[in-house]
Amino acid sequence: MKALVYVSLKKSVLDPQGKTIQNALNKMGYKGLDSVRQGKYFELTLDGGLSRQEAEAQVEKMAREVLTNPVIEEFRYSFES
Amino acid sequence: MKFGVLIFPGSNCDHDAYWTIQQIAKQPVTFLWHESHDLENCDAIIVPGGFAYGDYLRTGAIARFSPVMESVKRFADAGGLVLGICNGFQILCESGLLPGALMRNIGLKYVCKPVHVRVENADTPFTSACREHDVLNIPIGHMEGNYFCDDRTLAELRQDHRIVFRYSTLEGEITAEANPNGSLDNIAGICSAGRNVLGMMPHPERASEPQLGGTDGLKIFASIVASFAASRETILSR
Repeated sequence: MKALVYVSLKKSVLDPQGKTIQNALNKMGYKGLDSVRQGKYFELTLDGGLSRQEAEAQVEKMAREVLTNPVIEEFRYSFES
Repeated sequence: MKFGVLIFPGSNCDHDAYWTIQQIAKQPVTFLWHESHDLENCDAIIVPGGFAYGDYLRTGAIARFSPVMESVKRFADAGGLVLGICNGFQILCESGLLPGALMRNIGLKYVCKPVHVRVENADTPFTSACREHDVLNIPIGHMEGNYFCDDRTLAELRQDHRIVFRYSTLEGEITAEANPNGSLDNIAGICSAGRNVLGMMPHPERASEPQLGGTDGLKIFASIVASFAASRETILSR
């Protein structure tokens, strides 16, 4: 089982990198772009021995304690078998 | 007074800090390796600048879990003096010893230059040799120095006088132009509620000798030494 974890800056935190990318895309002529937010993506391959519930608890703990800095970042995740 | 300078894989200001303490501040100093829990009875810990563990994931994110940081946390909780400089400040924030986080500079560029910081609180063990609103000239060199915290934390920091340094003009004015990295409220350094942990982005060890262009940074080390001596006298006179 694979956990796919997406980390992004909180909405309340400015993202100058996303803004720069958005400006570049606008300059290239792409229309209808409201905003760009940059983030990080992790693939965690889990031991098959974990139940779904155990896996969820573990992924959430790892994301909270290590993969994100809760002061500035938030995360969401999904599973892929 | 014995100082300990931490070394992580990727630290690169460790020798500068060691030199300044030994040669300029004239105090005993030892290096402390990241894999050891032993702080060797040091009276103050320096978390130096650099790129600890390559700054992989986030600046300071991996260093936080090192054995030596577990000991530094206990040491700080017991009132021990801890000074985090640049990457050291980032590590202290990630460790939860100081609130907030240091984000990518607003201009997205590495900034390396001398800056002015105004002393906002001279009543800490790290600034006792300064006067309030003194302006110090100390260099910065960082990519992630953009201090951020939520509104409630900022209000607390202000109320408890825990903002120790703010980027300013030479005359001590706090302006947007004087802010090199987009830091909230021009914050360049903050301390813990107990005043015994300080994190700062500027590098005092790079401004402690006339040959390096200035000695304002030495005031930080002189403050630590004087404060420690004063605290010892208080204990002895009891």
